[in-house]
Amino acid sequence: MRILSAKFGWSLLCVVILAPCLLAESAKDTCVDCHAKLEGKLKVIVEQSASSVHGHKGMSCTTCHGGNAETEVKDKAHAAGFRGNISRAQVTELCGSCHADGERMKTFNPSLRTDQLALYHTSVHGKMRDKGDEHVAVCTDCHGAHDILPISDPRSPVHPTNVASTCKQCHADGELMKSYRLASKQFADYSESVHHEAMVVRGDLSAPTCSTCHGSHGAVPPGAASVANVCATCHVMQAQFFNESVHKDAFPEGCATCHGSHKIKSPDDHFVGLAKGAACAECHSADDDPGRAAQAIHDRLTQFEAQIKDTRSLMDRASSAGMDVADAELEIAQAKDALTKARVRVHTASLPRVEAELNAGRTVVLKAHNTAEEALRERTRRRKELLIPMTAFLAVAISLGAYIRELERKPSD
Amino acid sequence: MPRRTALRFLVGTIIGSVASLLYPVLRYLVPPPEAGMSANEALAARIDELKPNSGKTFRFGSRPALLVRLASGEYRSTSAVCTHLGCTVQYKPETSQIWCACHNGCYDLNGKNVSGPPPRALDTYEVNVRGQEIYVIRKQAA
Amino acid sequence: MNATARVQTWIDERLNLEEALSPLREKTVPVHRYSSWYFLGGLTLFLFGVQLLTGVLLLLYYHPSAGEAYESVQNITNRVQFGWLIRSLHSWSANLMVFCAFAHMFSVALARAYRKPRELTWISGVVLLFLVLGFGFSGYLLPWNTRAYFATKVGTEVAGQLPVLGHAMMVFMRGGEDVSGATLTRFFGLHIAILPALTIGMVLAHLMLVQKFGTSVPVSVENEWEEHPERRKEMRFFPNFFLRELLGWYAALGLLIVLAVFFPWELGVKADPFSPAPPGIKPEWYFLAQFQTLKLVPAHILFLDGEVLGILGFGLGGALWLALPFIEVLAGTRRIRWVKVGIIFVMVYLTAMSVIGYVSR
Repeated sequence: MRILSAKFGWSLLCVVILAPCLLAESAKDTCVDCHAKLEGKLKVIVEQSASSVHGHKGMSCTTCHGGNAETEVKDKAHAAGFRGNISRAQVTELCGSCHADGERMKTFNPSLRTDQLALYHTSVHGKMRDKGDEHVAVCTDCHGAHDILPISDPRSPVHPTNVASTCKQCHADGELMKSYRLASKQFADYSESVHHEAMVVRGDLSAPTCSTCHGSHGAVPPGAASVANVCATCHVMQAQFFNESVHKDAFPEGCATCHGSHKIKSPDDHFVGLAKGAACAECHSADDDPGRAAQAIHDRLTQFEAQIKDTRSLMDRASSAGMDVADAELEIAQAKDALTKARVRVHTASLPRVEAELNAGRTVVLKAHNTAEEALRERTRRRKELLIPMTAFLAVAISLGAYIRELERKPSD
Repeated sequence: MPRRTALRFLVGTIIGSVASLLYPVLRYLVPPPEAGMSANEALAARIDELKPNSGKTFRFGSRPALLVRLASGEYRSTSAVCTHLGCTVQYKPETSQIWCACHNGCYDLNGKNVSGPPPRALDTYEVNVRGQEIYVIRKQAA
Repeated sequence: MNATARVQTWIDERLNLEEALSPLREKTVPVHRYSSWYFLGGLTLFLFGVQLLTGVLLLLYYHPSAGEAYESVQNITNRVQFGWLIRSLHSWSANLMVFCAFAHMFSVALARAYRKPRELTWISGVVLLFLVLGFGFSGYLLPWNTRAYFATKVGTEVAGQLPVLGHAMMVFMRGGEDVSGATLTRFFGLHIAILPALTIGMVLAHLMLVQKFGTSVPVSVENEWEEHPERRKEMRFFPNFFLRELLGWYAALGLLIVLAVFFPWELGVKADPFSPAPPGIKPEWYFLAQFQTLKLVPAHILFLDGEVLGILGFGLGGALWLALPFIEVLAGTRRIRWVKVGIIFVMVYLTAMSVIGYVSR
């Protein structure tokens, strides 16, 4: 009797202690329990959703899909407002039910914008979707569904370095784009551009990607003049000079006229002038004054660049001979600055303004050139002056030899 | 040749060789004109050169540097090499900021990058006014 | 009496110079087919003199602080009149001096001149070699460029690997946990004060010992002269041998000046402790053999760390080398050949390792 009661007491104690654990266990996510074991489209990868931005904020499957996450019985789980698979048509309104609700979003992250849905309705994607098109992009196409990461996370498909690859999933699909009568080589073009190189290769997050010019939620093909405004955010001086020039009124498309829109390459000096492939040659020729001015600009620029290169190689020769050319380094840097300024002023389409910069540059290059030449002259001087001690030493050596011979000459000689 | 002449010759050439060595040593002993000017310090401007709310680019070592005189009359100095792609920055009096014309990068007067592409702040230097001259000193690592 | 004779007499009356100098007047040097090797010792001494003179001149403009060292060397090389010459002379002469020191030591070893009674001369000589290497190691840091900085870092790290005392030694050498301005200060003091004082003292001892015991002659020549006493030849030190030495010194100085003009020593880039070590960093050639050996030693031998074993090995090697005269005595007359083979092995090993270290990445 006493043993029984002891055993009973212990069991009761165990139950009392362990009950909360059991209860806690039953508070876990039964959606994940079942769906992690399923295959195919119904499979949920636990880690993905747990580490997503929604997972971190404590949201679960039921937040979007509805249902009951506390029962292991399927019918019970799939009751109570269960939405099942969210169709493409339902996605934007579902996401917007939180993300367009300012009061709601404030409790999670007050600094997040809540105008995405409104913008989306103004975009081409939004307008077409409102007309019933199921193929255009909705929230989940760019952001993902269960594994949504903040855009500052480099793994997110909408992190600046990944945006272009995300857009390309549709916009580089030839068949899909043909059905909308759209081109599909924008991504290929962008990949060759200097902005892609800056963003994706060099990791410069300030470089533009698709969303920079087209917008993200409110994405539209930009109007001709409005793209130029975007370019002007970074390329202030070029835009200013262009706007002052005669070309502004001639080319409503602005920057894109010469530089293109997606395949913007780093322009070299051959872009200016009348040679084949140069932008100016599209409209001008050697028969008109502007054409000749363009060619003159090209010639001046290439000439100056050649001067810089020539001075640079002279400096390298001097420094590899052990001479100091530190003074010339600053001057060469200033010369390069002058060349950059001159190139930017190409947008004024005015030969005198370009020349003004180049003249300032020439003064500096000349200084650097002189410094390098002086260094090389000094090197030659040292080698020549070497002869002085060498002659003196030779004289000593000969005298020593003669004297030693004299010292050791046998008296019989 | 008699021994004495050979000895005289020898002594003569030895003295000659010593002279040819002594000459560079003696020249060496005379200090060059701007001795003491290190690459950690530079004369940036004279006291009346800059008006308030204006800037000046000057040479510091082998790179350009910027000296700014604030509206209050105080001086600030930073490196003039933009941390984005290396263009030379300038002082913009209208906004009292340091600005890079290449891609519209902006820095505040402490060199901190505040807008545009620049990823890092500009190096700042100490300004030392000695009499009529304004010196800029690179901050020393220990 | 003419003026020179009068001055001589005046000094002699007071300082007894005649008495002091007479042994030198009578000093002779043996003449045989290996006599040319005798010039190496004096040549090393001459180059040491060049180092002292150029070093003192450099001292006039050098700033021994981390913030100014590089710039001061830049100032010397680029702005001071003939500063480039003094600096390059100092660097080239350092290398030439180390080479001559090694050559002198190996020629003495091969000729087995360390035999009785010259054991102390040998010991003082090996100590001098270590002092010279100390000069090289400490002086190398002074320009404070990247190569110097990382070479010092690696070198002091190696010292730090020794068991028990290693870390304390490294901190002592570096003046802290890392190579910094404190290290520069220590190395500077070492290079211009401590080592010169020790070396000058040791050089005087070495020279006095050489004077006391005279110049030794290789065993084969000695045997030949015992058999044929008429073949024994001696040359007076003053003036005959000394004038020949002088010729060698002028040739060396000429070579140094040519090297300074055609192959000026580089300034390098100012040391930046925060940037990573440049790939393929190597010490100067006279430390390459040890460096290469350490690279080849396997990471672990039994339970012992390979690098530690390597360093202890060098220590042991140095001690054995120092005790060479006594080893020979212990080896006995019948095993002399082995001692000679051992010496040649050491020479070949050091040369081979240096060459491999030089060409490898």
